[in-house]
Amino acid sequence: MAAGALLAGAVAVTPLVYLLIRTAEAGWERVAEELLTTRVALLASRSLLLAAVVTTACLVLGAGTAYLVVRTDLPGRRFFGVLAALPLAVPTYVAGFCWIAAVDAFEGFWAAALLLTLCSYPYVYLPVAAALAGADPAQEEVARSLGHGPWRTLTGVTLRQIRPAVAAGGLLVALYVLSDFGAVSLTRFHTFTVAIFTAVDLGFDKTGALVLSTVLVVLTVALLAGEMATRRRGARYARVGSGARHQAPQRKLGAWRWPLAGALSGVAFLSLGVPALSLAQRMIEGVSRADPLGEVAVAAGNSLRVSALGAALSVLLALPVGLYAVRGSGWLPGLLERVSYAGHGLPGLVIGLSLVAFGVHVVYPLYQTTTMLALAYAVLFLPLAVGSVHAAAAQAPPGLEEVARSLGRTPWSVFRTVTIPLTAPGIATGAALVMLTCMKELAATLMLRPTGMDTLATELWTQTSAGAYAGAAPYAALLVALSAIPTWLLVRGNYRELS
Amino acid sequence: MRTPRVLAAAVTAVTALALAACGSGSGKEATAEPSPAGDGKITIYSGRTEKLIKPLIENFEKASGVKVEVRYDDTAKLAAQLLEEGGKTKADLYFAQDAGGLGAVAKAGLFAALPKDVTSKVPAEYRAANDQWVGVTGRSRVLVYNSDLVQAADLPKTVFDLKDPRWKGKIGIAPTNGSFQSFVTAIRVSQGDDAAKAFLKNLKDNDVQSRSGNALIVEDVNSGKLAAGLVNHYYVYEKAKEKGTTPDGLKAKLHFFRGGDPGALVNVAGVGVLKQAAKDPDVRKFVDYLLSADGQKYFAEQTYEYPLVAGVATAPGLPSLKDLNPPKVDLNDLDSLQQTIAIIKGSGLVP
Repeated sequence: MAAGALLAGAVAVTPLVYLLIRTAEAGWERVAEELLTTRVALLASRSLLLAAVVTTACLVLGAGTAYLVVRTDLPGRRFFGVLAALPLAVPTYVAGFCWIAAVDAFEGFWAAALLLTLCSYPYVYLPVAAALAGADPAQEEVARSLGHGPWRTLTGVTLRQIRPAVAAGGLLVALYVLSDFGAVSLTRFHTFTVAIFTAVDLGFDKTGALVLSTVLVVLTVALLAGEMATRRRGARYARVGSGARHQAPQRKLGAWRWPLAGALSGVAFLSLGVPALSLAQRMIEGVSRADPLGEVAVAAGNSLRVSALGAALSVLLALPVGLYAVRGSGWLPGLLERVSYAGHGLPGLVIGLSLVAFGVHVVYPLYQTTTMLALAYAVLFLPLAVGSVHAAAAQAPPGLEEVARSLGRTPWSVFRTVTIPLTAPGIATGAALVMLTCMKELAATLMLRPTGMDTLATELWTQTSAGAYAGAAPYAALLVALSAIPTWLLVRGNYRELS
Repeated sequence: MRTPRVLAAAVTAVTALALAACGSGSGKEATAEPSPAGDGKITIYSGRTEKLIKPLIENFEKASGVKVEVRYDDTAKLAAQLLEEGGKTKADLYFAQDAGGLGAVAKAGLFAALPKDVTSKVPAEYRAANDQWVGVTGRSRVLVYNSDLVQAADLPKTVFDLKDPRWKGKIGIAPTNGSFQSFVTAIRVSQGDDAAKAFLKNLKDNDVQSRSGNALIVEDVNSGKLAAGLVNHYYVYEKAKEKGTTPDGLKAKLHFFRGGDPGALVNVAGVGVLKQAAKDPDVRKFVDYLLSADGQKYFAEQTYEYPLVAGVATAPGLPSLKDLNPPKVDLNDLDSLQQTIAIIKGSGLVP
């Protein structure tokens, strides 16, 4: 387990090693000239402010939706359960594009914040829904029986039970906001990532872009430390006592049922409906047509294949990290878990460049192969899987493994027959999350894909960059439609827990 | 606990990886050959979009029997990738949107000089002085304007007139775009750094509207969100094509600056051949095809750019290359971008 976790850590820090080497090559003078400016301070504070606002909004929206869908008698909650996860399939560059076409003067801080919230609240919703479905209601019942009201039980017990999932989701959103380029560039809110892309676009200044990226690394470390500070020592998330876990009771919403359903419909309209309508309008207006069906199918197949590969590799690396973090002792497990987040706060462009260097100089036979692309996805999205595995492992009582060991099972056998089944929901959630995110990744995909291979995301980029919006629409629609499959599998798991 | 031993092993592995990366970080290793010369296969890194050049490449494949693999990304990203790959690139040829991208790769010493009989097909002002790259097509900077919002008589005589208060908040630019940089370089080279600084400052003071690309400017001008914008000429044709009409059917119209104004810079899209492919006959066939009558005609008719080889007609409705009155700017100067970039960054128009 430790060895696997260390290997995953090594993969995650690859881009950091590259950044350090290139920054050192640039020389301190250049670094100081590039970084010690008011411009950098301004950009960093903008990025952080945006991350703070979007994360807060996503926590409220994501956790609230999860609670309504999993624990209440909301009408049509299965439907909303799937719907709330789907925005994950909408790339920010597509959503942004649709919004600026639909709304005049859609630009600046609040526009960027709205877009990013609508596209990334599922990062909170999904793990929290899984945690709510998997949490043992016995603790809540004990609290109620001891005289706590519903509100105190919610804040004092339920929220604490799902804290790891909420924190993991919030962290993912914050890091995602740091690394996003699509939403901020289209809404013209200049954050750090925009400056990094601009350095490459303006004069092909690779070194300047990389030196600037080191600031994102520092911001990432700060966010990780912040999340760490919210953790409670010795907290237990697994159930206590014997017997089978039973279903959590449904909270009756009463008169709030329909207004809340209306609110969720509103969110779905903003996150999915606006892009869909805008694309449909362009499809009607435009005369460009998508490529022949065969090419669309090939791109869809490629998307599924490389995303599945990326998801598989991410989960494989995330499993030891997540388990070690929960079961291991000392400082190393926690550190390795933090390290796995390293790549998530960096833009795909920087990950792409670093793996180009890694491919060219270290593993040349793998350069521009799907394996390399899957590796890039793992570096970028490892924490999505680590967070899910961690949350699931934390809810699995460690006693079961200890009992299996004491009855003479080998560690491998315990891992296979006890640990894996117990963490399976987390593994599935992680795999689906990573897969969904890989499908829409663009910058690293363009840089690392095998020459000549098209995916839905690259085709979408090809069509829109040539202004062929009507031709782009089928790719966008297919991207969302295909993403609905892993989303459905993901969400279905939560319902099996209920009925 | 087994952890310490495992930890030691893993730390060793990570260090080895890091050292390997350090040791080879300088990018000076032996050249790897991407595709062996004359094997009937070539690899292109294309900053030009697939939508525009795929049919051309298919025509070439049919005509020559050479199989072409293309890696599409934007010009700047591909330049950054080529610089990172150095001598180990898998590319045989780099097809860039503008002279600046070609210049950056040429400066890193990655291109082989093209034979004189290739480069001599193109006028001297549209190729590298040292034959490192050659222009394939020309694109003119223009002012695109909305004919409902701007009367032809009110159009500015020179790009410097855009500081006039009547354009306040109405002009779109794409300051991170390669062609905008080339245009600012043209101001610098022809009128000096101070003129370029003053120009950008005036634009900013006049509340100029930034967009991330030329296509978005044309879109906003056509819909009336902007009155006018500085773009390359062919974006209007692209827009017309998507709307299923001709440029006459759009609200967005072209205005060419005259009298050697920097606002009328003619830049090129062009190609350079990577060193390891210098002797590959298949690559040579492709370059020849781009500069053949067929290739040039394709660009004139399908992408509405200016053919650079004599004897091929410009798309109807466009003034001919000879009638344009571009500023005297050496495209070789466009790789000396650092000064331009410093000025653009200093203007506050980009983050």
